Amino acid sequence: MSESVPGTNYINAVSGIKSWLTTLDHKRIGIMYLLFIAISFGLGGFFALALRLELLNPGQLIVSAKQYNQLFTLHGAVMVFLFIVPSIPASLGNFLLPIQLGAKDVAFPRLNLASLYLYVFGAAFCVYSMVSGAADTGWTFYTPYSSTTDTSVISMTLGAFILGFSSIFTGINFIVTVHKMRAPGMSWFKLPLFTWSLYATAIIQVLATPVLGITLLLLVVERLVGIGIFDPALGGDPVLFQHFFWFYSHPAVYIMILPAMGVMSELVTTFSKKNIFGYKMVAFSSIAIAVISFLVWGHHLYVSGQSDYADMIFSFLTYLVAIPSAVKVFNWIATLYNGEIELKAPFLYFIAFLFLFTIGGFTGIMLASLSLDVHLHDTYFVVAHFHYVMMGGTVMAFLGGIHYWWPKMFGKMYSEKAAVVAWFFIMAGFNMVFFTQFILGTKGMPRRYYSYLDQFQPLHAFSTVGTWVLTVGFLIMAFYLVESLLNGEPAGDNPWGSLGLEWTTQSPPITENFADTPHIIHGPYDYDKVKLS
Amino acid sequence: MKITEPHKEHIVAHHFANSKHEFDSARLGMWIFLVTEVLFFGALFVAYAFLRWSYPEIFVEAHHILSWKMGALNTAILIFSSFTMVMAIRSAQLNQRLKTSLYLITTMICAFGFLVVKFFEYSAKIHHGYLPAKYFVAHGASEYLHLFFGLYFTMTGLHGIHVLVGIGLIIWLLLRNRKGHFYSNYYTPLEMVGLYWHFVDLVWIFLFPLFYLVG
Repeated sequence: MSESVPGTNYINAVSGIKSWLTTLDHKRIGIMYLLFIAISFGLGGFFALALRLELLNPGQLIVSAKQYNQLFTLHGAVMVFLFIVPSIPASLGNFLLPIQLGAKDVAFPRLNLASLYLYVFGAAFCVYSMVSGAADTGWTFYTPYSSTTDTSVISMTLGAFILGFSSIFTGINFIVTVHKMRAPGMSWFKLPLFTWSLYATAIIQVLATPVLGITLLLLVVERLVGIGIFDPALGGDPVLFQHFFWFYSHPAVYIMILPAMGVMSELVTTFSKKNIFGYKMVAFSSIAIAVISFLVWGHHLYVSGQSDYADMIFSFLTYLVAIPSAVKVFNWIATLYNGEIELKAPFLYFIAFLFLFTIGGFTGIMLASLSLDVHLHDTYFVVAHFHYVMMGGTVMAFLGGIHYWWPKMFGKMYSEKAAVVAWFFIMAGFNMVFFTQFILGTKGMPRRYYSYLDQFQPLHAFSTVGTWVLTVGFLIMAFYLVESLLNGEPAGDNPWGSLGLEWTTQSPPITENFADTPHIIHGPYDYDKVKLS
Repeated sequence: MKITEPHKEHIVAHHFANSKHEFDSARLGMWIFLVTEVLFFGALFVAYAFLRWSYPEIFVEAHHILSWKMGALNTAILIFSSFTMVMAIRSAQLNQRLKTSLYLITTMICAFGFLVVKFFEYSAKIHHGYLPAKYFVAHGASEYLHLFFGLYFTMTGLHGIHVLVGIGLIIWLLLRNRKGHFYSNYYTPLEMVGLYWHFVDLVWIFLFPLFYLVG
């Protein structure tokens, strides 16, 4: 099919801005997503820095109380809708899914490009909201406050609505790609676990996101013509909004974490040169998490006045999520046993995830218990919990994935030493910021408060200093990754000695991914059977 | 229409093995999209259930205000249009290009007919002040009747937008059929729009009894 001129790859096959803006190549689309996602992360991180700076002392330091509310809303909305939901699936997923399946592209390349444009279009709405009286409702947009505040709620919700469709289209594309585009010999149980996790994620994206869409649309209609369905003064019920919102937004938490778990499975096998322990259990636990995720949303509403029976059932169902999550963690650890472990940068992020996600998961179980949640609800304990899962889990795995697949995506290596230094700063900074917040939460510090009692000041200050350490880590990373793009050593096709299909093609891959359609003979982790020459 | 002109040979996209592979993939994708549509409307049906459970009396009251005859007429129109849509696909499978276009035009006329009926219904409601909460000015109505009309306009409005999108898609199909894109080996877009159109039809089949026939 493709007469491979030596040195030709998907990056230099065609050139010019237009060739990128109109590309149908999943790899280029993934790279563009990666760029936008990195910008979003920078923006959300900037808001976080401003928030923490304001909280250095009680009382006003740099922003007013209203601006503070707008800042935490923007931090949440940007980080959730623009960064973490698309993060791994849209960037690494887009790049890798077809290659891991041995396909030339995703099933619907034009729909894939449309997803990217919808993402940028939705982001434009969010940015418009920022500059035209930013929303101050919190990223959860709870009514009746969101239907009455004078800030720019409509543009932000429309932005999230459009971003939702970007997410849905990616989900549809991935499901069909996994079903229909597998190379000859690629049976379901030879699929890489990253692909399994993307598949499970896509199921949630497709089933949950439309409910968020309609909820946000109802909020817009409520603000425009006042249908009153969420307004108690008109006979409606604001708790209905919370049910609708969390019916999406709790499964969305698993949209965020499942791809990260997939990255973890790839990292642990490559860097211990072992077959994954319990392949089928790891694969099915992704599906189990996806299914259970739809049945737990009520644990956000324990103190909303929903019935005690509902509370008890949701509490029980929430405990259930711990089982497939623990299956994964135990299987990763069992995989390490007797492995040839290499402490390379991607593997450091594997370790970070393992510890931080476990803390995040356990505190999640604490919050799922009814009596404890009444005490901890809406405190910094909750903030610390979900940051341990979202940032300690997803972001760490995302960084691990970027470091792992960087040589494949760009064909260049980065400085391993600088990567280790950055990892130390990020680990230290992260724990300074958020472990402190567990303590603040148990002492009763409520979330989303502009000011606080004097006795909390030392812990708040420590947490704020942590954000600076974290920033240093990310700046080092930005520096050495850009340096790698400019002057990096050529990486070779398979720098980690991995058995994954993506490592059998050249780095960076050619536009068609493989010179000839691959025929799959062994599984992706058969390190005990296959010896690389 | 120059029906004597031969059809245009379809070129299978480079990442598919053959046209059946391509067709099957597109159909799976469309079905998954329809699942998201079900969830999209599903939340509104939950809102409906919640309101009906909270205020059953407004649904009985509203049933006297809505015209079931208009609703029934629209139901008949949509079911008939689903039939003509199927016939359009069948004609393409049999390489009958002119018939395909005629059936598509019939489907489109039905869609416009549906919207015309809806327009008369809407204007009557608006004229009597049966509007969502903020603008509700009808006299002698019970306290929470505005909730019913808030939901009525949201759900039928969203359905109406889907009908409009359907009209746009049918026009697109007509233009492509004019160029001879569809024939027995390639009618994927027709099949996909057909699935969409049946879905739009089906949503109305749920909306009609739930709004017009309660009480």
